[in-house]
Amino acid sequence: MAVPVDIITKQTTPSSPLRFAFGNVLAFFILLLIGVLAFSIRLFSVIKYESVIHEFDPYFNYRVTQFLIKNGIYDFWNWFDDRTWYPLGRVIGGTVYPGLTLTAGTIWKVLHSLNIPLSVESVCVFTAPVFSAFAAWATYLLTKEVKGTGAGLTAAVLLAMVPSYISRSVAGSYDNEAVAIFALIFTFYLYIKTLNTGSLFYATLNSISYFYMVCSWGGYTFIINLIPMHVLLCIVTGRYSSRLYIAYAPLVVLGTLLAALVPVVGFNAVMTSEHFASFLVFIVIHVVALAYYIKGILSPKMFKVAATLVVSVGVVVCCAVVAVLVAVVASSPTKGWSGRSLSLLDPTYASKYIPIIASVSEHQPPTWPSYFMDINVLAFLVPAGIIACFAPLSDASSFVILYLVMSVYFSGVMVRLMLVLAPAACIMSGIALSEAFDVFTRSIKFHISRLSDTLQTDVVDIIPGNGATPQIDVLKADKKEDLLKERPSRKSKKKEKENVEKPSIKSKKTEKTPLVLPIEASFFALFLTVLLGGFYVVHSVWAAAEAYSAPSIVLTSHSHDGLHVFDDFREAYAWLSHNTEVDDKVASWWDYGYQTTAMANRTVIVDNNTWNNTHIATVGTAMSSPEKAAWEIFNSLDVKYVLVVFGGLVGYPSDDINKFLWMVRIGGGVFPHIKEPDYLRDGQYRIDSEATPTMLNSLMYKLSYFRFVETDGGKGYDRVRRTEIGKKHFKLTHFEEVFTTHHWMVRIYKLKPQKNRIRVKPKKSKSKTSSATPRTGSMKKNPWH
Amino acid sequence: MSKNIFFFVILTIAPSLLRAFSPESPTDRRVLVLLDDFAIKSSHSLYFNSLKSRGFNLDFKLASDPQISLQRYGNYLYDALVLLCPSIDRFGGSVDQAAILDFVDSGHDLIIAADVNSSELIREVATECGVEFDEDAASMVIDHSSYAVSATEGDHTLIASNDLIKSEVILGSNKIEAPVLFKGIGHSLNPANNMVLKVLSASPAAYSAYPKAKLSSPPSLMGSAISLVSVVQARNNARILIAGSLSMFSNRFFRSGVQQAGTATKHEKAGNEQLLTELSRWVFHERGHLKAVNVRHHKVGETDEPAIYRIKDDLEYSVEIYEWSGTSWKPYVSNDVQLQFYMMSPYVLKTLSTDKKGLYSTSFKVPDAYGVFQFKIEYENLGYTTLSLSKQIPVRPYRHNEYERFIPAAYPYYGATFSMMAGLFIFTAVHLYNK
Repeated sequence: MAVPVDIITKQTTPSSPLRFAFGNVLAFFILLLIGVLAFSIRLFSVIKYESVIHEFDPYFNYRVTQFLIKNGIYDFWNWFDDRTWYPLGRVIGGTVYPGLTLTAGTIWKVLHSLNIPLSVESVCVFTAPVFSAFAAWATYLLTKEVKGTGAGLTAAVLLAMVPSYISRSVAGSYDNEAVAIFALIFTFYLYIKTLNTGSLFYATLNSISYFYMVCSWGGYTFIINLIPMHVLLCIVTGRYSSRLYIAYAPLVVLGTLLAALVPVVGFNAVMTSEHFASFLVFIVIHVVALAYYIKGILSPKMFKVAATLVVSVGVVVCCAVVAVLVAVVASSPTKGWSGRSLSLLDPTYASKYIPIIASVSEHQPPTWPSYFMDINVLAFLVPAGIIACFAPLSDASSFVILYLVMSVYFSGVMVRLMLVLAPAACIMSGIALSEAFDVFTRSIKFHISRLSDTLQTDVVDIIPGNGATPQIDVLKADKKEDLLKERPSRKSKKKEKENVEKPSIKSKKTEKTPLVLPIEASFFALFLTVLLGGFYVVHSVWAAAEAYSAPSIVLTSHSHDGLHVFDDFREAYAWLSHNTEVDDKVASWWDYGYQTTAMANRTVIVDNNTWNNTHIATVGTAMSSPEKAAWEIFNSLDVKYVLVVFGGLVGYPSDDINKFLWMVRIGGGVFPHIKEPDYLRDGQYRIDSEATPTMLNSLMYKLSYFRFVETDGGKGYDRVRRTEIGKKHFKLTHFEEVFTTHHWMVRIYKLKPQKNRIRVKPKKSKSKTSSATPRTGSMKKNPWH
Repeated sequence: MSKNIFFFVILTIAPSLLRAFSPESPTDRRVLVLLDDFAIKSSHSLYFNSLKSRGFNLDFKLASDPQISLQRYGNYLYDALVLLCPSIDRFGGSVDQAAILDFVDSGHDLIIAADVNSSELIREVATECGVEFDEDAASMVIDHSSYAVSATEGDHTLIASNDLIKSEVILGSNKIEAPVLFKGIGHSLNPANNMVLKVLSASPAAYSAYPKAKLSSPPSLMGSAISLVSVVQARNNARILIAGSLSMFSNRFFRSGVQQAGTATKHEKAGNEQLLTELSRWVFHERGHLKAVNVRHHKVGETDEPAIYRIKDDLEYSVEIYEWSGTSWKPYVSNDVQLQFYMMSPYVLKTLSTDKKGLYSTSFKVPDAYGVFQFKIEYENLGYTTLSLSKQIPVRPYRHNEYERFIPAAYPYYGATFSMMAGLFIFTAVHLYNK
């Protein structure tokens, strides 16, 4: 794969069309196998567990897809969901990125019209693996545009199994990113393709692809900022061409119009500052285009005059535009940036101001090991790829470099955006590996052919003979450059104009010393490179099989007496759906909202779509309050059941007690009577006997540890916090336990009804009746009143 | 379907209540009367006879009878319980404090007559219902200003009070003219407790103390804070009557004339009979029991109930409210029934208009806010059972095609767009074919 077979042969050897055809067929089959690899490496979760939807958000997407298939696209568009965010409800049609749902719905429709009766769930489970195959192919196309087929194939195979992407696209991980990464890469491919060809056809396709990306994921802002940056880079470095204009201007106009059609984006496409960069560059490129046009029709002297005029006018216009922009941006409270975007620019922003964003683990900055975990050896290959991209630097390769740099920065801000880095790293590493193989095999072939053919003097002679074995860099570079400028001309009708412009830029960079390594070194280096690739494959397969395949609703643990399966979540949701009224409201921390609506079909107060901070803060306040105040808050929200996740018995670390400080912070952010220091002893979060009384009396503590002491004969040892709990024996006055799952991971409580009678408050009697709490009906602590 | 789920809640009526007396005729029928001794049966016969004459089936038992039980096989045997046994320490059979409270909590009614030196058991039951008797069990209510003029008694413990609650529902439409004779222990209520009502209170000059001893310290209960007779309506509309005197139920008090000290009028008959008879009508749900049926809501101009409303829909809401007269359901007429259209707070609050035949209705425009609303009626009128209806109904925003298609204000923009398109077309034609 290292040798760019067809590129070289295409132009130089009319005598070997067979070889040319063979190369294409080989590439085709390699791509097919890459697709199979990308699909099958993601099936570990189905094989090891079962064919289920994973985690949290995918359950929402699954539920939306079911709705779409049942009710059709118009009802989906107008869907007002009254079973979540009670009592506010949520306009799902206008707040969801519909790309994934529509994709899966279309796949389901097509399959059913072909009489393939797959269930909706199966379609949803396997959407992500299918689209990762597409993403691998898109990577091939993109890298091929940058550096040729060899690099393309290498990049594709790397992307097919990059752990970072696998973590978001295993079978069952039915989330936006599953299709969005494909859309992202494909949009970039079409942009590069347009840039290389100057074809309006590809520019239009590019807009449509961008539209699909906007439909799929909020990460589309990455595209609409990266491409303008690249355009600006090209202009600044004097690489402006009409191809650049064709690649950019239609994208902005059509892309913005199309993006505004997506309900969730709507006017944001022109109103928020995430999109302003594209408009600014749109103006700049027109100014530049005008300047070039005027330069073409005027004499140099006249042009000088005109340039002065234009520059002065341009400066004025720019100042005006900048002033307008600043005014618009400054008039909005967050300076026009949404919280998630601001946290991209200022990594500390979220943790300082928005606990609800900071509370999500995937919004935290990544650690160094996570880079090694997620992109593995690619991290070391990327610099080599950058160097390869500089030799020679073309529009396309500069774009790839820019893409890499930006995504490295963003991945350093938010661990979730590692996903955007992965394709860039794969492309770079693909280029690097391909170039390395190229050099090594070329050296080996050079030595071998010199050994076998002692008469070998002129390399040019060899090429017709050997066809696919370029021997000298100068030649190869020449050929490639020729190719780069020729290929568009075959496809484009306007080749004359293009070719006039291009060689002036390209031919300067073709000077390059021939690089031939000693044969031993080549063999050794080849061996090491293959070894490196081998490590990568081993690591990726391990990551796919062990690290990223857990569905997180079913947990397993290996211990000395075998495999344990913890299916408590589904047990609890099944209990809810079978034992509660259909209109009952279930309160839990927002993490479990999507699952409760999708699996238990019960109304929830808050869910993973964290659009209303106040509502979440209300639940957080209730969880942090003492029992009575919590009862009043929940009762005012018509809550019947409260669900808590507790890992202390089996050692499940991501339970509600570990998330509790976020509830306190988010609750305290809106209702100031909840203060974080009240829950900390000397700045330490603890639940043992040193814990503060506020902590020990909070609803979350009580609901988590109620009757916990009965499980281990009076000790109450929490296996997650590795300590004995602080308050062991207590009774609940306003809540009653109705269900606890087998491993105590989910506990469901019911709100006790209000007392039928109000008994007299014991006045002076110090006797047994002190536990009675007369309720007067006034709700002072209730934030709703 | 959520539209069919209709919450008709007279607060938390337990299913067992429905078996005890049918909601169609809420008046109690079977009454268990527990007595200290059977002498009370004759000495208080006037009271019992008035109950019997109204059709109640009285079952007299000694409180210590080992055979008494309130329920069998999980079903209650009685609809109401009358405890005229102030001195009982322990009931016979399976009845105890918890059983009596469960009886109330499942919607049944209770009449308690305490007295001086009541047992701890009776006092505890009263405490659980929200009434606290004077801590000193031997104390009596003494009133030196409005005592009943009497030839024999001189310690002013037989008092004549006419400080009654002003409620026609509880006391009937005929005003009780004569003062009510009372001799017994006083109790106090927690003012924050809105379920318990003072029916007969003592005069401002009254106090509660042990009459045979000198007052060493100020009495704990004084003035009109002393309640002589109280009623409780629990959240499940179970009704409880608590009186601090057993003798006020007696034939002697029913028949005796009364003259309040300081007044010249001497009444032929004390108000006891009228008061206690009317109270028993109220306690046994012959009066003041409401029901709400046929909650309907629909868009103006339609008749079917929708599953969901849209913002700014015009809708009509109606409900029928009837009052139980003891024998049949009569239309309830009032002008203060209010409907809330509620989502965390009432967005619409309207007084329902009535056609005097029991039908209450109103119409309003759904507010410009979407979410899950409730039609809520929280009707708490003094003496009446609580009506608490809530019915969930979601309100959705406009569909994408329900907005105005062409806005007059936007015509300049339409014009600009189409002129631009035409201009571009002409320009293109000229540019291409004009060489």
